Amino acid sequence: MVDEKTREKLDIWVAGTEEPQFQPTDEGTQEFGLDETDARLDDQFGRVVSDDYVFDDEVAEDERMVVNMGPQHPSTHGVLRLQLELEGEVIRRTKPIIGYLHTGMEKTAEQLTFSQGPTNVTRMDYLAPLHGELAFSLAVERLLDIEVPPRAQAIRVLMTELNRISSHLVALATNGMDIGALSMMIYGFRERESILAFFEKTTGLRMNHNYIRPGGVAVDLPPGWKDDVAAILEDMPRRLVQYDDLLKDNPIWLARTEEVGVISQEEAIAYSITGPPLRATGVDWDLRKAFPYSGIEQYEFEVPVGENGDVYDRYRVRVDEITESLKIVEQVMDTMPKGDYRIGDAKITPPPRARIDESMEALIHHFKLFTEGFKVPEGETYMAVESPRGEMGCYLASDGQARPYRMHTRAPSFYNLQALPIAMADSLVADTVATIASMDPVMGDVDR
Amino acid sequence: MSPVLEQLAESFESVTWELSHGQDVARVPREDWEAFGRTAKEAGFEVCSDVTAVDWMRQRPERFEVVACLLSMSHKLRLRMITTVGREEPSVPSLTPIWPGAGYAEREVWDMFGIRFEGHPDLTRILMPDDWEGHPLRKDFGVGSVPVQFKASHQVN
Amino acid sequence: MATTAPGNLLMTTVERAANWARTRSMFPATFGLACCAIEMMATGAAHYDLARFGMEVFRASPRQADLMIVAGRVSQKMAPVLRQVYDQMPDPKWVISMGACASTGGMFNNYALVQGVDQVVPVDIYVPGCPPGPQSLMHGILTLHDKIMAGEIRV
Repeated sequence: MVDEKTREKLDIWVAGTEEPQFQPTDEGTQEFGLDETDARLDDQFGRVVSDDYVFDDEVAEDERMVVNMGPQHPSTHGVLRLQLELEGEVIRRTKPIIGYLHTGMEKTAEQLTFSQGPTNVTRMDYLAPLHGELAFSLAVERLLDIEVPPRAQAIRVLMTELNRISSHLVALATNGMDIGALSMMIYGFRERESILAFFEKTTGLRMNHNYIRPGGVAVDLPPGWKDDVAAILEDMPRRLVQYDDLLKDNPIWLARTEEVGVISQEEAIAYSITGPPLRATGVDWDLRKAFPYSGIEQYEFEVPVGENGDVYDRYRVRVDEITESLKIVEQVMDTMPKGDYRIGDAKITPPPRARIDESMEALIHHFKLFTEGFKVPEGETYMAVESPRGEMGCYLASDGQARPYRMHTRAPSFYNLQALPIAMADSLVADTVATIASMDPVMGDVDR
Repeated sequence: MSPVLEQLAESFESVTWELSHGQDVARVPREDWEAFGRTAKEAGFEVCSDVTAVDWMRQRPERFEVVACLLSMSHKLRLRMITTVGREEPSVPSLTPIWPGAGYAEREVWDMFGIRFEGHPDLTRILMPDDWEGHPLRKDFGVGSVPVQFKASHQVN
Repeated sequence: MATTAPGNLLMTTVERAANWARTRSMFPATFGLACCAIEMMATGAAHYDLARFGMEVFRASPRQADLMIVAGRVSQKMAPVLRQVYDQMPDPKWVISMGACASTGGMFNNYALVQGVDQVVPVDIYVPGCPPGPQSLMHGILTLHDKIMAGEIRV
């Protein structure tokens, strides 16, 4: 038992002796600090957010930290390695290091014939394989000086615009997932499945189709394709509303994407950036309007253009491009011409399989085309298409043989990555992920 | 030929112009490469879409051809400028000071062909590992294929 | 006297129980390289759901993963990175080589690619295809599960 005096001195309450005296005390509280003005309290309690991360005063060189990001990292853009020089949380310099997916595709192209070429090119930008095949086929057809029939051109437009939609869906999905909106990933891939099912029905493969070949397309559209396309057209606008509900006015999304990763117009043009990152800065440049190909000038569509060149504008440009592509797909579906799906020239396109049993000529043509391949006259050309990532071009030089002498692909992601150091200068590490996701690089394209 | 290109043709006498399947090509001698690039940029070719090279091995008197594809957004024109470089210590002035977008493309040409670009800020290997020896896209660098059963050997022209 | 065990008692061996636990919650490490990575993501997405096997959580850190699905082509520059990530994974670990390029080098028989990822890491299951559809990949994953349950793959 503690006696009264000690208890008073110590001010303790002993169980069972007397009523508990719960008196409010100042014990445990601390001084807020030297400066207890309202402004400081506002800052501490989070009522006012002040951006004091970016230091304006110079810090010595040896206080900067070099941190490596990648090549294996969860931001699902493939094997991109970034070397970041950090000052605290702020990125001062960055260097993208690529080459981790280099496949030697340009060397392989010299070993494959011209009709095997699309199998190679299609695996470069694996999210927009039909655009790669289209660029290659257009270049070969230019060297051959042939024109494909109108139905083949319309089929090409239909397939490439559907491919644009599916590629932008992946871009939105990974964009959302990287910033934190995990359900965007599920939504994007869910819609993509319906488009991939149509591709599988038409071309035989979900990805890397080898469908658009020099001379036209490989096979005609399957019967009942109009119903499948109409189902996609009906479904997508409702889903786009769902995405907008999730992201467009979401304050977290806006805070993470507005004024992040800004590229100005002059920088974008100087760094040869094309595609949605260029259009998001306000430059109205789209190859489908400037240098139309494959009969796309017959269809009415608009080119969405942004304003600020930040991550939010790139996201908006991609969502609006999906809407425009849906318009084009609808017009193609309504006005699909009848006719041949590939050019009739027997020296270039193989005969239908049924003819091989009937005609000796067809058999010989088939044999020659698939063993030796068709020869392309000497010359060189460069043809570009507007892929979902930007200007995808194919530079083809031939010396009269059945295999390309030199095939080079102008990869849009390769050039868009050059702007990463500009876009990420003086930004935070967390913004890196958002910026990379918005530039949407596909490493197969970058490294070839 | 469009007036922009005609004006360019007047400024440079040594450049030969040709039409390759409907596309304008300017064959520029190596000494005028940088000057032609600068003049083209001032004439309205704001974007350099692509820089690449071709290895003509023994088919042409000069081994390598360096190709730069230019694009003018304001005039909606494309132009290709091509120069030739010999096999001994091939080097070409860099277009990166004029168009920063050519930076990576020139690094790739160095990596794949071994053509140096004078004035390039960072001419290092970009696609191959840093310690790789050889320049893969040259015609005397083999494909490097592994023998595979049941497949005819690759032909090298 | 009862000669059979009561109905609420389960008897098994430690090995079978451990194998059961390992297969039912395998965590894949993200090693998506190229086109196959997109099909791997599609397998994890809503239509072909990997979550029903407990595997939708793709661990970014190899220290927390036990399955490495090498999805895509492995270039010469990437091979040391692949080996390092494999070494960082704790035992027991399994490797699925997804796609033609990872299994044998695929259509790219040239200087730039490692002709088959089994030259760098030991592989348990090869999934053919270019790219293998989500159904093929799931068949490969389930075959791996069956092999582990049957005790064929000793860890």
